[in-house]
Amino acid sequence: MEIVRPQNLAGVFDALELSPDALLLAGGTDSMVLVNAGALRPDNVISLRNVKELKIWDGGFIGAGVTYARLEHSDVAALAELSRTVGSPQIRAVGTLGGNLGTASPAGDALPFLAAVDAAVELVSGSGSRVMAWDEFLTGPKKNALEPGELILGAHLPDVVPERTAFAKIGVRQAMVISIASVCVTRDRAGITTVAMGAVGPTVLRARGAEEMISGEAAPSEAALDEFQRLVSEEARPITDHRSTEEYRRMAVGVLARRALERCLA
Amino acid sequence: MNVRLIVNGEVLNAEVTTPISLLKVLRDELHLLGTKDACEQGECGSCSVLLDGDLVCSCLVMAADAHDLPVTTVEGIASDGELHPLQQALIDHGGVQCGFCTPGFVVAGADLLERNPSPTSGEIREALSGNLCRCTGYGGIERAIQSLIEVEER
Ligand SMILES: Cc1cc2nc3c(=O)[nH]c(=O)nc-3n(C[C@H](O)[C@H](O)[C@H](O)COP(=O)(O)OP(=O)(O)OC[C@H]3O[C@@H](n4cnc5c(N)ncnc54)[C@H](O)[C@@H]3O)c2cc1C
Ligand code: FES
Ligand code: FES
Repeated sequence: MEIVRPQNLAGVFDALELSPDALLLAGGTDSMVLVNAGALRPDNVISLRNVKELKIWDGGFIGAGVTYARLEHSDVAALAELSRTVGSPQIRAVGTLGGNLGTASPAGDALPFLAAVDAAVELVSGSGSRVMAWDEFLTGPKKNALEPGELILGAHLPDVVPERTAFAKIGVRQAMVISIASVCVTRDRAGITTVAMGAVGPTVLRARGAEEMISGEAAPSEAALDEFQRLVSEEARPITDHRSTEEYRRMAVGVLARRALERCLA
Repeated sequence: MNVRLIVNGEVLNAEVTTPISLLKVLRDELHLLGTKDACEQGECGSCSVLLDGDLVCSCLVMAADAHDLPVTTVEGIASDGELHPLQQALIDHGGVQCGFCTPGFVVAGADLLERNPSPTSGEIREALSGNLCRCTGYGGIERAIQSLIEVEER
């Protein structure tokens, strides 16, 4: 095995030119699980540990190499909240936003946030850069639009993130748990509401019907909240797997979305 | 390739030809057996070490990627044959039963106390949430940490 540990993006591009299919190693919290299980055996590794451009976090731009330990301190409530729920301190110390995007798991906890704020993902290679909407980047379960020779530079948030945001997830215990269902809800001053759901579809999904319905309610009544919850559950596309059942996920995502919305309204 | 690690202040070298973990190198090449190997999935925390100052699971660190970085293992927590106060407190408060998880808790707990000398109960639980113990029920471990806070307040 060969490993290179470049200090900057130019060094990554050089390494990718030589081996476009090299494993890009960020925090390793997804990749090393596969390596240890014998499911991944890279011949070439490009370590992103020292690449300074990926660590930039500047208001609306979050570099791919920014860790959850840093994102926990975000003043955007949902981003801080979701970061605090990832794994354990050991995982958050090294796990990155770019790794969550790279893995593109339907249960990746950063993804509902990116979807709810309509973030864009920037990909770069030696020959230029591509910026694409989150739903163009996430193409399926564990699938994304990254091409060989490219890496994720980071995510661009909109200029104005809605004032109220909330994240909620459910799993079998409080800490160190992969989401059975998750949601991110945002609501701006005008009442425009967005809802993104994780782990209840092939990729992160927006609950557009529920968004439209609740955005029209200036001060939602109990009946409106009930209807919102019902619509979110209806729009989920969950499956039954070893972690949970379709029915439970559908029910849970509606409840979570309602709670997150109530936090935004409080 | 040669991987040079600064383990508990000492420069150590290991030959690495595969993407194996830092945990494997610490145990199998450098014979530092305090760091325990259990799940190799980041779930149990028994392999916890400090890498470049951060508490991490050494099973999730590619050894070749730790080249030239400082590593603190449980062997580096006790100094000059004297137990770290947390190690003594774990003994005194029933925080150790089979002992398999203990090195991980010592590294994580010592790191917590270093960063936050008076953690609340919530902060203690949060800081240790990446470490699993199948024996003690965690009460003794939490009391051990709490006993050190009281000592500092006096
Ligand atoms: C015990 C444990 C608990 C976990 N808990 C959670 C949880 O609660 N929520 C959650 O969402 N996830 C969780 N995870 C999964 C994982 O921690 C996250 O997905 C994390 O964001 C991965 O980041 P990383 O930097 O460690 O990625 P790595 O493992 O380094 O990389 C993951 C993938 O992304 C690619 N990649 C990384 N950076 C880039 C880049 N800049 N450009 C292109 N490709 C890139 C890699 O090549 C690889 O394919 C957990 C994992 C473990 C082991
Ligand atoms: S062996 Fe590393 S976390 Fe379990
Ligand atoms: S003492 Fe046995 S696992 Fe903790």
